[in-house]
Amino acid sequence: MSSAAAVIIAILMLAAALAAATVQKLMHATLSFALALVGVAALFFLLGAEFVGLVLVFVYIGAVAVLIVFTILLTRRDVGNDRDANWGGALLAVAVFGGLTWAILKTQSVAIVAPHIRTLTVKRIGEALMTGYVWPLQCVGLLLTAALIGALVLVMEEKR
Amino acid sequence: MTLTLQVVLVVSAALFSTGLLAALSRRHAIFILIGIEMMLAAANLNFIAFWRFSPQSQPPVGVMIAIFSIAISAAEAAVGLALVIAVYRHYGTTNVDHLDQLKG
Repeated sequence: MSSAAAVIIAILMLAAALAAATVQKLMHATLSFALALVGVAALFFLLGAEFVGLVLVFVYIGAVAVLIVFTILLTRRDVGNDRDANWGGALLAVAVFGGLTWAILKTQSVAIVAPHIRTLTVKRIGEALMTGYVWPLQCVGLLLTAALIGALVLVMEEKR
Repeated sequence: MTLTLQVVLVVSAALFSTGLLAALSRRHAIFILIGIEMMLAAANLNFIAFWRFSPQSQPPVGVMIAIFSIAISAAEAAVGLALVIAVYRHYGTTNVDHLDQLKG
């Protein structure tokens, strides 16, 4: 596994994420967010988890980004300026990044290269989902149903 | 030069901090949701990285947790955006600085 491809993908992904965090227009931020998630999915592909990368693309870019765009369109009249920068948040984010990086670089046990493992096929994921992970799978299904019904109830028009 | 776990972890930390920046420094509710989603994506990246760089396990636990985490964050995004729409209907704004009715 080469480091160059990962570093290039990571730089593009972080640039898109930074754009999503700092751009003034909401629509541009959403598109940058989708681009950053494409970068994350590319990193998943590089790490050998192709199925999860595809799930990420389908769920985030296919569903969540479109949902965000629709929400922006539905709340369009509110284009209040977001200009006054909050320096406290930026300072805290930089501090968190510094602390995490310091901890990661200091820990010797994570300075390892990837071992050779069997390629992850969808068959193995499906078998795991249908045997050892049936109970969590059903719980997640119930949670998704409840969350989507709850979202519908929240946005329904209130009766007068 | 081969890829080490450290590189992936630092990238993930940078993505998390960017999400934190978006969630903390923005006033528009949708920006805050985007920041939260980026932090969740960074967590998923960590799960996949630790799965890939650790000895083989059957079943692939990190991948399983990442799949469940993606499903849960999708549910979270749906509910969050519905809340944004409900708040916008009620108050006519999505600026979180103006939603201070509970302030003492």
